[in-house]
Amino acid sequence: MREPRWLPWARWIVLGFLSLFTLLPLYVMATTSIKPLGDVQGDFHWIPTTISLQPFADIWRTVPLAHYFANSLIVASVAAVASVTIAIFAAYAISRYRFPGRRIFSVTVLSTQMFPGILFLLPLFMIFVNLGNTIGVELYGSRTGLIITYLTFSLPFSIWMLVGYFDSIPTALDEAAQVDGSGPVGALLRVVIPAAMPGIVAVTIYAFMTAWAEVLFASVMTDESTRTLAVGLQGYSTQNDVYWNQLMAASLVVSVPVVAGFLLLQRYLVQGLTAGAVK
Amino acid sequence: MVASTTPRPGARRASGSPEGGPPRSGGGPGRVAALIPVRLRRLGLPYLLILPAIVLELLIHVVPMLVGIWMSFLKLTQFFIRNWSAAPSAGLANYEIAVDFDSAVGGSLLRSFTVTVAFTVLAVGLCWLLGTAAAVLMQGGFRGRGVLRTLFLTPYALPAYAGVITWSFMFQRDSGLVNHILVEQSGLLDERPFWLIGGNSFAALLVTYVWRVWPFAFLVLMAGVQNISGDLYEASAIDGAGWWRQLRSITLPMLRPVNQVVVLVLFLWTFNDFNTPYVLFGRSAPQEADLISIHIYQSSFVTWNFGSGAAMSVLLLLFLLLVTAVYLVATSHRRTRA
Amino acid sequence: MRIRKLATTAMAGFLLLAASACGGDGGSGDGSTAQSGAPKTLTYWASNQGPSLEADQEILKPELDRFKKETGIEVKVEVVPWADLLNRILAATTSGQGPDVLNIGNTWSASLQATGAFVPFDDALLGKLGGKERFLGPSLAATGAQGQPPAAIPIYGMTYGLMYNKKMFADAGIDGPPKTWDELIESGKKLTKDGKWGLAVEGASVTENAHHAFIFGQQHGADPFDASGKPQFDSDKQVAATKQFLDLMAVHKIVNPSNAEYGNGTQAVQDFTSGKAGMLMWQSIASSAKAAGMGEDEYGVAPIPLPDPAQGGKQVNGMVAGINLAIFKSSKNQDAAVEFAKFMTSKQTQQNLNKAYGSLPTVNDGYDDPAFQTEHIKAFQQILATTAAPLPQVPEESQYETLVGTAMNELFADVASGKPVTDAQIKAKLTEANEKMLAGS
Repeated sequence: MREPRWLPWARWIVLGFLSLFTLLPLYVMATTSIKPLGDVQGDFHWIPTTISLQPFADIWRTVPLAHYFANSLIVASVAAVASVTIAIFAAYAISRYRFPGRRIFSVTVLSTQMFPGILFLLPLFMIFVNLGNTIGVELYGSRTGLIITYLTFSLPFSIWMLVGYFDSIPTALDEAAQVDGSGPVGALLRVVIPAAMPGIVAVTIYAFMTAWAEVLFASVMTDESTRTLAVGLQGYSTQNDVYWNQLMAASLVVSVPVVAGFLLLQRYLVQGLTAGAVK
Repeated sequence: MVASTTPRPGARRASGSPEGGPPRSGGGPGRVAALIPVRLRRLGLPYLLILPAIVLELLIHVVPMLVGIWMSFLKLTQFFIRNWSAAPSAGLANYEIAVDFDSAVGGSLLRSFTVTVAFTVLAVGLCWLLGTAAAVLMQGGFRGRGVLRTLFLTPYALPAYAGVITWSFMFQRDSGLVNHILVEQSGLLDERPFWLIGGNSFAALLVTYVWRVWPFAFLVLMAGVQNISGDLYEASAIDGAGWWRQLRSITLPMLRPVNQVVVLVLFLWTFNDFNTPYVLFGRSAPQEADLISIHIYQSSFVTWNFGSGAAMSVLLLLFLLLVTAVYLVATSHRRTRA
Repeated sequence: MRIRKLATTAMAGFLLLAASACGGDGGSGDGSTAQSGAPKTLTYWASNQGPSLEADQEILKPELDRFKKETGIEVKVEVVPWADLLNRILAATTSGQGPDVLNIGNTWSASLQATGAFVPFDDALLGKLGGKERFLGPSLAATGAQGQPPAAIPIYGMTYGLMYNKKMFADAGIDGPPKTWDELIESGKKLTKDGKWGLAVEGASVTENAHHAFIFGQQHGADPFDASGKPQFDSDKQVAATKQFLDLMAVHKIVNPSNAEYGNGTQAVQDFTSGKAGMLMWQSIASSAKAAGMGEDEYGVAPIPLPDPAQGGKQVNGMVAGINLAIFKSSKNQDAAVEFAKFMTSKQTQQNLNKAYGSLPTVNDGYDDPAFQTEHIKAFQQILATTAAPLPQVPEESQYETLVGTAMNELFADVASGKPVTDAQIKAKLTEANEKMLAGS
């Protein structure tokens, strides 16, 4: 591709600005996490006057951070995988088949995202309690309940986004696979999924993050043993004090594995059709 | 969303186009009998594929939503919260109060709605613009691409609470970084402005929200860019197309299905955003940054007036449905025409 | 094919789930953790009173152990952060699935009482706890609507006082704490210099603002609700009271305008404990002061000053704050729950926990411990017992706090940005709050 001469400049200016914008709060987090609380509450300084690693030791004592972290990781991972699996099937149906009710299904699923969460919190809670009593599975306060909730949160957009990605894969590929003797499901597994891998990874990350970040439902539907990070981190802000330094330290600590996960998934993000799905 | 009249490159079939049935192989008249069970199976297959999604959405979203609509016709206050069926019917009273814009309740709802519309337009526009710019500019290979990509995604990896509370820390009037830069270091301003209260709170909310959400647009659009076949660029390069023309005639048109979804997703999310103002401003958001979700929470949940909150939510639902329908018709029409 | 089979199985599972969803209706009233036969276990939601959730667990543990030793009942405690507590209670009330016993902010008492979710503490039940007379009058008054049995019983008592920094007062040449509003302004002006301020307030906190609006309103003779329960937030007396408070920042300039953005409930205290402000109107700050390294003898506690008595108001120096304990009706362990309520209001537990939290015992016999004879505690106790008024005990109390507190937030924001705030503007804001209250009722 021939690039115009101004492009590298434009690239560095835009990406440079975005890097600064992204980094600024991260820098504040990092420096705040190594300041004593007294310094944090005073005037802002770019470079910490006193460096203390104490917050990184204290974070585990102020709230049961490791426990919350494990909860979040389990809930978000299971919800993400389940959501994307269900979404792949639904998106494939919508992208490749025309059947009565297809439009209605898509729009209804989408419309569920238009109702403020705060309002179906109470009805959902009632459903969970009743359902739990009926089938003898504790949904309220359990990770299962939270997983089911989160997976349906990300499901509509996962489906819509996957339809977008699937649509951009030529049907010629499916047909080739069908000629080879695979059924439609075989074509999905062998051709469409590999070809749409970047999209699927993006959607998985999205589904994971939806569950990872959600605060409102987690605050009502969990108890001490199942509380997630999104809610648990608020424990650093107490009646007496906001432990800014510990809050930032804890945020950094719990984000490291997630960022590392992003890094690992990156190679799938850049492997698309170009990587050789077209044979 | 960029309109383009260039013929769509590649062998894509448009979603929703009439010829796009299941990828059928063969099916001549002589084999009709043998095909029936297969055809039947094929007919059922799409329903089978969407069934899990339907069941879950019904259970977790649709049923509670219907309950919510039912609530909007009840006088549901703390007196009846334990036994909803005993709550007296309110008829349309909850709706009448909400749309009476001369009254205190309706007036502040309208104001909150206006703020939310302005916020949504700006926030979605910015997130999409930044996401597209970064995705397109990072398309070609260059050193440090992986590092930048990870960096850009980091705000998205932080728990929402952590990111937003950090911004609220930075926006503090006396000890925040923002005023430190604006007043003390650059001297741009003489007087320390407030960011968390008053008129500037809108800007503070916008910056915080865009910081947190643009990585999502970037992530999805980047995946979309990666999905575009390199052959298309090679072919057009042979035709002598420059970077700018390739962007207009290949990248953006190919991104259109993804774009359609991203903009819609961002729109609905932003309109209903609760977490950002809730964490940034605490229990009550300043009027200038009083997003509709938090407004409904304040005027129903906190004040035990669930019926009225439900009515406001239903109105919101209707508005969003309308916008979405118009949007889908407009964008799909463009897709079929293209 | 294998996939299809898998999908079919999964779907069958979902269908089963859905089918059972339709069957389970009207389940309110059950739930909670009753295990007959097994040793009794109570679930208890405690509110966050100490420096952190973990600290609360540690403070409560020895007491709960003692309870188990005495009664054989195990208590499973969960410390619920304040941000979540009301939502959790609402969800529990709606579904009937909640703890057996829980803490509530005492100002919520009447609102929650109206839901009918709590066991009323009638005379018979109070008798089991040693009778009405054991409890501190004002604290017991903040437990539900008048004329009805309390919906909850007080366990931790608190009220407002005026904290003042002794050293800053001495340096400014002020003899003692201000007794009248004029003296407060005068002292504040003397203290305000060199980047230090007379008074710290939490101008963006709905709760603090609502409490102050109430206290000053009472001082001016304004009641938020009239005798028939109709809201009257915008009475002239209330407007005057509100203006008097706002003027501390707007006119007298003894409050740092930055305080208008303080809203997380800790910043004003920090300004006081770090010496940035010389006075503070607050509930007990004992543990914050300790954490900030401010010794008990470095600050004094006095009643919040009254305006000119000619205003025709009441002598109210504080509001009855504190924490109440309630029992869910849906609990299947009613006897054990009552046993626990008795334990939490027993002299020993009252002394231990209130000592740990820096709050006041809510039973009269709790005060004989020397820990409650300190200068600060005695000052607070004096206010709570004699000149503190409970917030209106009406079901609409939550609305009142939210609406009036929010109006105050907005007014403070206007003052801080330098806009002149007149009586008419204050009245308009309060009228808006009043209208919203009327529309909701």
